[in-house]
Amino acid sequence: MTINEIQDEIIEDFSVIDDWMGKYNMLIDYGRELGPLDPGFKTKDFLIEGCQSKVWLHPEYENGIITFKADSDALITKGIAALLIRVLSGKTPGEIIDADLYFIDKVGLRQNLSPTRANGLLSMVRQMKLYALAFRAKNPGSAQTLKED
Amino acid sequence: MKNISEIRSDFPILSEKVYGQPLVYFDNGATTQKPEIVINKLNEIYRKFNSNIHRGVHALSDMASEEYEAAREKVRSFINADKKEEVVFTPGSTGSINTIAFSFGEKFIHKDDEIIISTLEHHANIVPWQMLCERKGSKLKIIPVNDNGEILLDEYYKLLNRKTKIVAVTQVSNALGVKVPVKEIVEAAHSANIPVLIDGAQGIQHAGTDVKKEDFDFYVFSGHKIYGPAGIGVLYGKEKWLSEIPPYQGGGDMVENVTFEKTTYGSLPFKFEAGTTNFPSAIALGTAIDYVTLTGREYITELENDLLSYATNRLSAIEGLKIYGNSPDKISTISFLLDGIHMYDTGMVLDKLGIAVRTGTHCAQPVMERMGINGTVRVSMCFYNTREEVDALGEGIEKVIRMFE
Repeated sequence: MTINEIQDEIIEDFSVIDDWMGKYNMLIDYGRELGPLDPGFKTKDFLIEGCQSKVWLHPEYENGIITFKADSDALITKGIAALLIRVLSGKTPGEIIDADLYFIDKVGLRQNLSPTRANGLLSMVRQMKLYALAFRAKNPGSAQTLKED
Repeated sequence: MKNISEIRSDFPILSEKVYGQPLVYFDNGATTQKPEIVINKLNEIYRKFNSNIHRGVHALSDMASEEYEAAREKVRSFINADKKEEVVFTPGSTGSINTIAFSFGEKFIHKDDEIIISTLEHHANIVPWQMLCERKGSKLKIIPVNDNGEILLDEYYKLLNRKTKIVAVTQVSNALGVKVPVKEIVEAAHSANIPVLIDGAQGIQHAGTDVKKEDFDFYVFSGHKIYGPAGIGVLYGKEKWLSEIPPYQGGGDMVENVTFEKTTYGSLPFKFEAGTTNFPSAIALGTAIDYVTLTGREYITELENDLLSYATNRLSAIEGLKIYGNSPDKISTISFLLDGIHMYDTGMVLDKLGIAVRTGTHCAQPVMERMGINGTVRVSMCFYNTREEVDALGEGIEKVIRMFE
């Protein structure tokens, strides 16, 4: 599925829930279902700055795609990480860099989970894009792949 | 005495709704809400007599100056200072502490001298002293606390020595709500002729203060934490200290005579009020103090003590909830964590229920480290809060537990 198809799927999932408690419950479920992060990556190197809760994000680059894994000590934040991973993990650096994450607005995450609320949603997005930029710079071949898209 | 619904109707914001639910405001430690008369006063200033103080010959400037000085007198009387000259308006507690850390430090603190603070301090009563230590090569000494966040006086006594030049401690822990034995701290310091600064940011609105009786050398607080506007604070200093130490900032209004060769400074308190101060907020702070006095300081304390014991009982009954700062001597603040649930998750869900609490380290990282935690959920109540709101909080917390278990 493309990034936009996954985003549309998430928007669809959230559209049936009309209250915030329901949305939080959903994020909590996403958080619980998120695959584990190797404890060896729960280090300062992979910690995202600027979150009140701790978020560790680990990227792995293989065969032109980036696989993200993450964990957080707070469950709602972990759920947000899980959503971002669902959208961006398994994609090429070019796709990640160019992704327009409209689902954040559509499901109402931006207004209620802004960076001033210290949950680090935007820090996570920025970090994922930075990793993608770094991998693309180190592997110019992936930029080529992007052009062919 | 006003009943609780009369009190609440004095504060327009308390009838607001958030996410369609009645606002339950339990973040008074961060800032308090404003009674209508304070809001009206600010409005009146800008509508009727806004004009710079102390400078004009005209009617409006006279009026503004008079009101400003009247506010200073209200503060003086409220904290029971000897003289108006001992009351300086600053931007807030932080500004007041920086003033003393700089000015007292310039005059009296040298290499290898020591400054005593406590583990409980807000960053505002840590960082200015650290900056001073870096400038002067002096050292910061820290009074430890026990597991309940109570000051260990015996350890404090051991820290006092010939090199100690000032003791600066908070009146109440902002993070835990635990009161500090300032009387004992002052007595011991004074027996060695060491001055004491008390950070009253969390004390003035709950515990009150009498700077004369308590013999504080310096006392600071912020207007916005005692139902006044933001951007105004107070630095009380004994005249003998304020006259001896140099000004903090230079500028207009704080000078007597300026030539390019030499400037002589104005008299107290103006020596410490360079530039145009936040005079509208100072005047409205005077109104907030009137409000507190009219409502009754003892009555306010009584209401808050009642809330504290009700909330402590209600919250302690929740399985898996741990209160940090279990001390018999507290203001109406409860800091807690839920077993296995991140403080931030707790705060986010409570928020959606219309309940405003603070999560995190509360600008007091050292005390959190001492407690061995990353932060807490802080419920800071004041006299306009109700038992019903505490019940709503209790139910909210139980809901959080069900969601995350």
